[in-house]
Amino acid sequence: MKSEPLVLGIETSCDETGVGIVRGHTLLADAIASSVDEHARFGGVVPEVASRAHLEAMVPTMQRALDTAGVTLADVDAIAVTAGPGLAGALLVGVAAAKAYAVAADKPLYGVNHLAAHVAVDTLEHGPLPEPAVALLVSGGHSSLLLVDDLASGVTPLGNTIDDAAGEAFDKVARLLGLPFPGGPPIDRAAREGDPASISFPRGLTGPRDLERHRFDFSFSGLKTAVARWVEARQRAGEPVPVNDVAASFQEAVCDVLAAKAVDACRTSGVETLVIGGGVAANSRLRVVAEQRAAKYGITVRVPRPKLCTDNGAMVAALGSHLVAAGAQPSSLDLPADSAMPLTVVTG
Amino acid sequence: MLVVVLDSATPAVTAAVAAVRRDDVEILTLRVSVDARAHGELLAPAIQGVLADAGVKPGELAAVVAGLGPGPFTGLRVGLVTAAALGHSLGIPTYGVCSLDALGWGQPGTVLAATDARRKELYWAVYTDGERITGPAVDRPDEVAARAAAAGARRAVGEGAEKYELGLAADGPRYPVPEALAALAADRVRDRAPGEPLTPLYLRRPDATLPGQQRKSVLQ
Ligand SMILES: Nc1ncnc2c1ncn2[C@@H]1O[C@H](COP(=O)(O)OP(=O)(O)OP(=O)(O)O)[C@@H](O)[C@H]1O
Ligand SMILES: [Mg+2]
Repeated sequence: MKSEPLVLGIETSCDETGVGIVRGHTLLADAIASSVDEHARFGGVVPEVASRAHLEAMVPTMQRALDTAGVTLADVDAIAVTAGPGLAGALLVGVAAAKAYAVAADKPLYGVNHLAAHVAVDTLEHGPLPEPAVALLVSGGHSSLLLVDDLASGVTPLGNTIDDAAGEAFDKVARLLGLPFPGGPPIDRAAREGDPASISFPRGLTGPRDLERHRFDFSFSGLKTAVARWVEARQRAGEPVPVNDVAASFQEAVCDVLAAKAVDACRTSGVETLVIGGGVAANSRLRVVAEQRAAKYGITVRVPRPKLCTDNGAMVAALGSHLVAAGAQPSSLDLPADSAMPLTVVTG
Repeated sequence: MLVVVLDSATPAVTAAVAAVRRDDVEILTLRVSVDARAHGELLAPAIQGVLADAGVKPGELAAVVAGLGPGPFTGLRVGLVTAAALGHSLGIPTYGVCSLDALGWGQPGTVLAATDARRKELYWAVYTDGERITGPAVDRPDEVAARAAAAGARRAVGEGAEKYELGLAADGPRYPVPEALAALAADRVRDRAPGEPLTPLYLRRPDATLPGQQRKSVLQ
């Protein structure tokens, strides 16, 4: 029996330099270098700082991944790289590196979509994705519901955020509460000590009229404003802000809407599998709420472990491995980095 | 010894295969495309092209030589990460050369080398008989003209000297000269010197502005 393809994945779309190595659906290495600490004092990712860090981290991160997997570049069957979407200058470092490794080692190159990779990474934890499936993609820059017929050939968007992404809402609310960047993890932690029912924050686009026009769309900007108003009113009254309760109530509002719409999308599409990906999928409450809601309708929820939810190279390798297995055409060496790569394009 | 030579510090995306011999350096194959916006698309095919044209397999290369800039950051990084990854995967050393040195190289007398730094500034250095005596630095054209005159420059090379009026006749090469890049690293190649990390000559701090406006914590 021919063994499954050994695929290397390179990720540099934002502030993590990631190199992952997989064999088929088996994760062999997931090396990451992050510049997040250099951005923290700015309250967001500074593109030029991220790009400089990628250049420095690229070769050491690659070597760590190879060492961990116990393979050499010569053993690899294909090299996948995030071609977009993301920060243009950051993407370009990974794309250029991937091409150089591909030329030097004479390997096929696959430029892949970062968002599709956030969905594909679950195959490393739970095996091949039953198709069709519904994917809830919730990250720092995106919040979408997708119908996945075949990850190798594309996904059909069902709905998107009409303003902020879910991760962005976590980051902005954390800032309001004086919690560090990125805001998802500290809010997740604070919420464990708080009462999610203590404050009733709005659930965006869930009213009857909204459900007609925006059934599978999201909106988090009104929620963010509601949290800001609530906090400001407390301060004006000279009362302390109950950070844990605010975090828990905000998080509940986000998870409630995400889970409700995702389950609705599964039922409407007649799909029995919901896969959740992207940084916000690391949220401990989202997993619980989604599973509770899905269980009622016999829908299976798949969420990879938190480390695989945020940006990493393994997710790129996972999608690359799927493309190799599906016999997809490799990318050419003049592959551009596409900072606005649309969700519907899986490989560049 | 065969080396691959790269430079992406200017709009000229440059790749070459060079032979470094005991007494000389020869460019065997060369591809240069001038496009300030497409370094990421052009460089890898150019490398594959010069290797194929020379009939050289990557495994036959002894070293990678790369221009360290100064140059616009995004394009510069394409060249340097490419060089670093080539060196890493082939297990061969990488050597850096200041890209302006590859303009001033071999020029008689005292000359200014200047390239476009965008934002109405120039990357520049001054050379006497090919040796750098001032720079590299990044400054406004009037400042560059004054400092180059003070250093005794009579002529200028590099596209930056054509773009702005610096009071110096601009002749000679417009972009880093491939043979110069190879020649400036030739002794290290021959000596099999330890490889060097390819640290870009940024000369400017990163712009620490975020996309979108910032919001202060209301709790402060
Ligand atoms: N435990 C958590 N709970 C909620 N949000 C989280 C958690 N962990 C991380 N996040 C959020 O996930 C986001 C980062 O996710 P990811 O790395 O996928 O985003 P990105 O790559 O910046 O954006 P995109 O994938 O859309 O290009 C941040 O906004 C962060 O706050
Ligand atoms: Mg991401």
